[in-house]
Amino acid sequence: MTVSIVALSAGLGEPSTTRMLADKIVASARERLGDVSVEVVSLRELAHDITDASLTGFASARLQHVYDQVSAADALIVAVPIFKVSYPGLFKSFVDAMETDAIIGKPVLLAATGGTARHSLAIDMALRPLFSYLQAFIVPTGIFASPHDWGSSGEHALQRRIDRATGELASMLDGGGTGRTREDEIDLFSDTMLSISNPDLR
Amino acid sequence: MQIGIFTVGDVTPDPVNGTTPTEHERIKATVEIAKKADEIGLDVFATGEHHNPPFVPSSPTTTLAYIGAQTKNLILSTSTTLITTNDPVKIAEDYATLQHLVDGRMDLMLGRGNTAPVYPWFGKDISKAVELTIENYQLLRKLWDEPVVNWEGKFRTPLQGFTSTPAPLDGVAPFVWHGSIRTPEVAELAAYYGDGYFANNIFWPKEHYIRLINFYRQRYAHYGHGDPEQAIVGLGGQFFMRKNSQDAVNEFRPYFDVAPVYGHGPSLEDFTEATPLTVGSPQQVLERTLQFADFFGDYQRQLFLVDHAGLPLKTVLEQLDLLGEILPTMREEFAKRRPANVPDAPTHAARVAAKNAEKEVRS
Repeated sequence: MTVSIVALSAGLGEPSTTRMLADKIVASARERLGDVSVEVVSLRELAHDITDASLTGFASARLQHVYDQVSAADALIVAVPIFKVSYPGLFKSFVDAMETDAIIGKPVLLAATGGTARHSLAIDMALRPLFSYLQAFIVPTGIFASPHDWGSSGEHALQRRIDRATGELASMLDGGGTGRTREDEIDLFSDTMLSISNPDLR
Repeated sequence: MQIGIFTVGDVTPDPVNGTTPTEHERIKATVEIAKKADEIGLDVFATGEHHNPPFVPSSPTTTLAYIGAQTKNLILSTSTTLITTNDPVKIAEDYATLQHLVDGRMDLMLGRGNTAPVYPWFGKDISKAVELTIENYQLLRKLWDEPVVNWEGKFRTPLQGFTSTPAPLDGVAPFVWHGSIRTPEVAELAAYYGDGYFANNIFWPKEHYIRLINFYRQRYAHYGHGDPEQAIVGLGGQFFMRKNSQDAVNEFRPYFDVAPVYGHGPSLEDFTEATPLTVGSPQQVLERTLQFADFFGDYQRQLFLVDHAGLPLKTVLEQLDLLGEILPTMREEFAKRRPANVPDAPTHAARVAAKNAEKEVRS
């Protein structure tokens, strides 16, 4: 069966190193998973829609389309640049305007680019807590790429991390996941719901 | 079909002339707007309830009674009365008093506050908002439907041998609408009691409201009140119109661009495309409004927001004149498309008549 992956790239530059990293991870995932359909989404193109959604509380049609793709995907790849200790505000605004339960139980591979290797813990200190809050199923290996990694001596180390992470992702997709996914149905039998027709249950 | 207006009661600076009305001016303007609504033949005027600046309507029944004394046919309602933080006993008393004063020409819409601190301000816990809604409403129903109430709940002092006064006019409690756009429990509550359900339908795309309206319709049928299409649905809406649609756009844009809810965000064009806001000619407003019934099903009450974002009173009154001009056609078109089995919006007179008919059948 085809595995659907959405790769979110929060790189703001054009061209973007973060996008380049996302593409490398996607290539590795294709190799691991075989039958894969991939949608790569660049948040830069949605910057105005994301700001509008932050202010109005609803997503424009094209931003909503991306949220729907994210929710429907079998797995996510998230690649962000690290600015000033953490991911860009635009990326956080994208997540803030998303439904809180949108990616419960979904396998997510986290990746980041930074100006120096000293930012490498940002994946664990900034990204991972955010996705823990969202109750995603986070791939253990995070992929951080500093400028050094794009040189010939670094390439193999980066590629090895990428392959290790996509290998973990493939294994997670094969397994039972967290056993939890987004619940779309209205629960008619919660205590609160039942107390409406039967006040004694209040 | 009942057609009317609802107000949030915001005091907002007018971005065009730079002035801000005083609270006194805003309250008096609200009364003028309601009187105008009566004059042009609208059915309903509803005011919000808020307990924080920049909003003025903290005491809806006071304002509604004052308006009631100066109007003839207008049904006075709320948008919304806070069922979470008000004492249900005081709601029962205040609104029953209003019902007597205006000879039944009123109803009310229950909802929750627009700001988190309103819960602690009134000694309530926001994490219990849904439970408060349910318990308070169940008590409100008893207070209106039973002459002597013995009651015990989680959130309020118990009542032993309590009688809420005055009893509802003609023994028929005010009709209740429940306003909600997110909470399935509120739709369930409305469905269980056979009450009305209102979706504000102003700030978001219409797709956001359809799920709970459909849920309410199904549950209304489940509890034996009728078929799903017979459930009592109300919708909001908003417009700005001028004879010439480009004039409407030009005049409204400076208000839209800095409006409290959507200002500094999407363009007027994007927002009008995505949400039910219509800025244009009376004909455009008419056509867009009639489309609501295609999407949500034939419904009973349409309320428009017309007096926000700092629009001056004079402009708001002009908007109502323009609405008055398309009102007969709007009514006619809604009536034409409404199937015979879909009921009219409830009024006090109709509900008293229904009650008397039921009594006769029994005796």
